Amino acid sequence: MNELMQYIQSYLGSDRTPGGAGNIFWATVYILLVFGGLSVAVIAMNWLERKILAHMQVRLGPMRVGPHGLLQPIADAIKLLLKEDIIPAEADKVIFWIAPFIVVLAAFTVFVVVPFGPTHAITDMNIGILFMLGVSSLSVLGIVTAGWASNSHYPLIGALRSSAQMVSYEVAMGLAVVSAIMMTSLGSLATGLYGAGNVDSQVSGTLSMIGIVQAQQAQGVWFVFKFFPLGLIAFGMFAIAMVAETNRAPFDLPEAESELTAGFHTEYSGFRWSLFFLAEYSAMIAVSSIAVTLWLGGWLRPFPSVHGPSIAIPHIWPPADPSAPTGALDFVLALCPGISFLLLGAMCFYNVQRMPKHPLFKVQTLGLAGFGAVLALIGLILFVPPVRDRVGDIFWFSAKVTGFMYLYIWYRGTFPRYRFDQLMKVGWKILLPTGLALLILTALFGMRADISTQFLGGLGQ
Amino acid sequence: MNPMAANPPITNPPVATPFFFYLLAATMIIGGILVITRKNAIHSAMALITALLAQAGLYLMLYAPFVAGVQIILYAGGIMVLFLFVIMLINLERNMKERQFNKQWLVGIVAAAALGGLFITVYTTSTRGKELFPEGRVAYADGQNTQAIASLLFDRGAGQYMFAFEIASLLLLVAIIGAVVMAKKRI
Repeated sequence: MNELMQYIQSYLGSDRTPGGAGNIFWATVYILLVFGGLSVAVIAMNWLERKILAHMQVRLGPMRVGPHGLLQPIADAIKLLLKEDIIPAEADKVIFWIAPFIVVLAAFTVFVVVPFGPTHAITDMNIGILFMLGVSSLSVLGIVTAGWASNSHYPLIGALRSSAQMVSYEVAMGLAVVSAIMMTSLGSLATGLYGAGNVDSQVSGTLSMIGIVQAQQAQGVWFVFKFFPLGLIAFGMFAIAMVAETNRAPFDLPEAESELTAGFHTEYSGFRWSLFFLAEYSAMIAVSSIAVTLWLGGWLRPFPSVHGPSIAIPHIWPPADPSAPTGALDFVLALCPGISFLLLGAMCFYNVQRMPKHPLFKVQTLGLAGFGAVLALIGLILFVPPVRDRVGDIFWFSAKVTGFMYLYIWYRGTFPRYRFDQLMKVGWKILLPTGLALLILTALFGMRADISTQFLGGLGQ
Repeated sequence: MNPMAANPPITNPPVATPFFFYLLAATMIIGGILVITRKNAIHSAMALITALLAQAGLYLMLYAPFVAGVQIILYAGGIMVLFLFVIMLINLERNMKERQFNKQWLVGIVAAAALGGLFITVYTTSTRGKELFPEGRVAYADGQNTQAIASLLFDRGAGQYMFAFEIASLLLLVAIIGAVVMAKKRI
């Protein structure tokens, strides 16, 4: 028992991920946390999407189940679980049964390497980004087999469209990613390798997700601003390709409801359909995490090198870790997680006071007040210094990903759907040549920067 | 019971290695058998994907994460999707009725016996074949696999495979152009 406790405690204070430290207990805890957080995020996203989309179209959206429809996702989940699960008579039963699981597994497995912080990832792989792209490309298999196994026309057309689209945009996506990976080693004074497996003999780039963010930290620039405008163009390409890759509007041809009823999952119902739903949303979060990690500095807060004047407040600031920055700006930004939760709680209380005063709404009003109290309590806990210093990176990462999730909803509310030939034209005739040019230009810019650094360094000595 | 203290900071002790090896190997063998015994071509393709993924797992166990990643991205992801496309476009009903195996039992038995004999001969040597297959592995830390491959390919001093690599990619380019030329009537 004592040994077990010692094993559990041995990881605390480590500066590596649980997978990197080889600690099975904490790796399991992290896996459960990520899985739970992801499920909550998908539920929240479901509600937010319906509400935001409704408000964009001057509607109210779900209003009946719970205050402002807050319990609607839970009601939906119960409905889906209780619904009859139909397998069509002419379907290929085994494949029909397996397909949703392939999609879900592919969507969830990638989160093994998503870096929520320098130590807050399940593990750090040497091939991090390659692993993410590879495993997320497996979801094509699930979609193709789902469409084929349904043995029906609409799903098959949807599946073929979907896979053609995903295969096409994977090329553009890969080129944009390679350009960002090249930036980890090019045109920087920093030597050495970041992330899993440190060698300090030579300058080399990295594929590790944590390493990519550390490279941005060491170079003092988010890759979206590096080699301006190359980083920005690569980021834009990725932002387009990732929408197509997740089959979302305006690239949602595989499930174009006006043409194909529901595309590849037309024949699915109940629990199996909800698996597709879950996979779609977690895939959206996964590709957004890739974009945040590669171009937007991952867990780094805005302006990570600006600290402001050093201040000290007894028992509160500076943090216990002596290497942590102590500036005033650091202090203000470290309070952001707590403040944001307090604001959410305050919003709940504002709406409590606006709830109808009719006795029938009493339970809902009390529930909303309780929810607001829980959110405010979480906000207060996030102000406690040891907690505050550990969640900062997770907060900034999640905040950036949330921004992307809002963009997804915004796109859906704004853009009309592409035609299939237009879709292919954008993918192959615009994004692919741009990507190739970008790759070459990034290499040239990087070589120029490297040569001038070496030359100036030689003059300095 | 404290792996952190007992080990140097970079390399980790492998966890439950025999278990994962036998699991992956069994998955591969079952997948491989299913590939040739299923009548439905789609089922065969799915079994093949399972086998390929298990193989990627074996590469990971051999401390070759880059090869494992490429295995997933190219074989399981890319090539198998094309396979599935082709299979879906052919006539499955007619395929199901076709004879699945040819009648070359004699050749098959001879080949299998030869391979089995080879395995047995190696295993019954005095050292259980250990002079042929040394234990241990190339001394790359598992973290540096990608960088090691890159320096084998491109490094000025150690990069001995650059020429072969470039020639191979040129061959692929020729194949792609050839496919386009043959498929398109008017370019």
